[in-house]
Amino acid sequence: MKLVVTVVGQDRVGIIAGVTRVLADNEVNVVSINQTILDGIFNMIMMCEVSDSADLSGIQKALIAEGDRLGVQILAQNAAIFLSMHRVG
Amino acid sequence: MLSIENILETNRMIQDNKLDVRTITMGISLLGCISEDGDRMCARIYDHITKEAEYLVKTGEDLERELGVPIINKRISVTPISLIGGASNLPNYVSIARALDQAAKAVGVNFIGGFSALVSKGYTEGDRKLIASIPEALATTDIVCSSVGIGSTKAGINMDAVADMGHIVKETARLTADRDALGCAKLVIFCNPVEDNPFMAGAFHGVTEGQTTISVGVSGPGVVKHALESVKGEPFDVVAETIKRTAFKITRVGQLVAQEASRRLNKQFGIIDISLAPTPAVGDSVAHVLEEMGLEACGTHGTTAALALLNDAVKKGGLMASSHVGGLSGAFIPVSEDKGMIDAVTLGSLSLDKLEAMTCVCSVGLDMIAVPGDTSAATISAIIADEAAIGMINNKTTAVRLIPVPNKTVGDIVEFGGLLGYAPIIKVHPFSSEEFIRRGGRIPAPVRSLTN
Repeated sequence: MKLVVTVVGQDRVGIIAGVTRVLADNEVNVVSINQTILDGIFNMIMMCEVSDSADLSGIQKALIAEGDRLGVQILAQNAAIFLSMHRVG
Repeated sequence: MLSIENILETNRMIQDNKLDVRTITMGISLLGCISEDGDRMCARIYDHITKEAEYLVKTGEDLERELGVPIINKRISVTPISLIGGASNLPNYVSIARALDQAAKAVGVNFIGGFSALVSKGYTEGDRKLIASIPEALATTDIVCSSVGIGSTKAGINMDAVADMGHIVKETARLTADRDALGCAKLVIFCNPVEDNPFMAGAFHGVTEGQTTISVGVSGPGVVKHALESVKGEPFDVVAETIKRTAFKITRVGQLVAQEASRRLNKQFGIIDISLAPTPAVGDSVAHVLEEMGLEACGTHGTTAALALLNDAVKKGGLMASSHVGGLSGAFIPVSEDKGMIDAVTLGSLSLDKLEAMTCVCSVGLDMIAVPGDTSAATISAIIADEAAIGMINNKTTAVRLIPVPNKTVGDIVEFGGLLGYAPIIKVHPFSSEEFIRRGGRIPAPVRSLTN
């Protein structure tokens, strides 16, 4: 399954390290990373791949917990919702 | 590949503009549950629904979590119960309503629709028993919804049924007076009802449908309003295009959810209902979309034109986004469920008469409108007749969901709670329609040419 991980929040040291550690611990492979700081707000979108049999709910919980620790909002969504909305065919 | 803008736009729609999938509705045929023995039939109905819908709520919740889009309601619609009860020895159908209520609660859905009868031309014995059972059924169950089709373009309007429904609405209000006539919020009277509508309270699973189907109702007035904010002052061509594009995106999400839900549940995909369904939450209002087009308050002159454009553009945008479109598709204008409509009534900008005009061009009809408790049965019937006439002549679905709130009058506010919202009591005409309604009989089906 293709997974889109979105991270938004106040910039600080260690956001990428924290998020990628959770992903690595859960066997999630990062395919691409796009990250910017806009007005001090950290924005990152990671395209990831994970086995279809992976426990998505568990991964989401781990990411939310990490987001709470880092003070940022983390979403992990099946890429299908973005592909459906923005791609025809 | 996806761009960052695409991803951020989708998430902004969900988080800031309240994009959601309003409902996944499982339509279940109960034709196989018919039995002469009423008790046995109720047991069969309970067993069949709980078996078919066992994983409906879980599947909805899984998809919600996985895609990150809220799926607000999971619901069930069933074959019109007048058809199921007709062969049984039951003196009335309240026990069937209770079986539906228990089954729906057992599987955890929000509502179950289909305590219904279709009587455009006349009553069968089953129709008569069902309609007589409606007030008690709605008063003694929690999540059962009822609907009655009293007319159609092909059949005309059954004015005997129209007269009866005025009394049924009043009696339902009386039996649920302690809850501000909440029972009436679960009762819809239709002209040209559709068999695949996933929205409550009017959902039922028609006899032309398959054994079990999955249909999805999308929503998103907040998303449309946000899109229109970026084209302020532009001509209507631009407004229509903007709505179409937005409706396309909204509907694609519904299509994805419907496809995935039907695949995982191994049930036939029914239809997507492309609707702008509001909620009482701020930023989720159809009235605010109309006002964004340049109206000071919903209900003022220009509102019908604005709604006509909106309704049409939503359909055009949604049609290409889905493989099967059906249901009531369009913009809903339920008063109590829409913050902008509520405010417009309070302000004195929106009247019952203007709402009636708006129903000529919206997706359904007079919806969730609270009227004074002393409104007579004949006046309610006459409102139903007017609305049915609009549907019959214009070949569209129209409906009436009126709530005559006991002991309340114009200026009072009634609270239903949750998605049903709250509403100021709206004024009805004080002049009598008694003799008109007393005539009974049928209004003949209209001529379909010479359409002036």
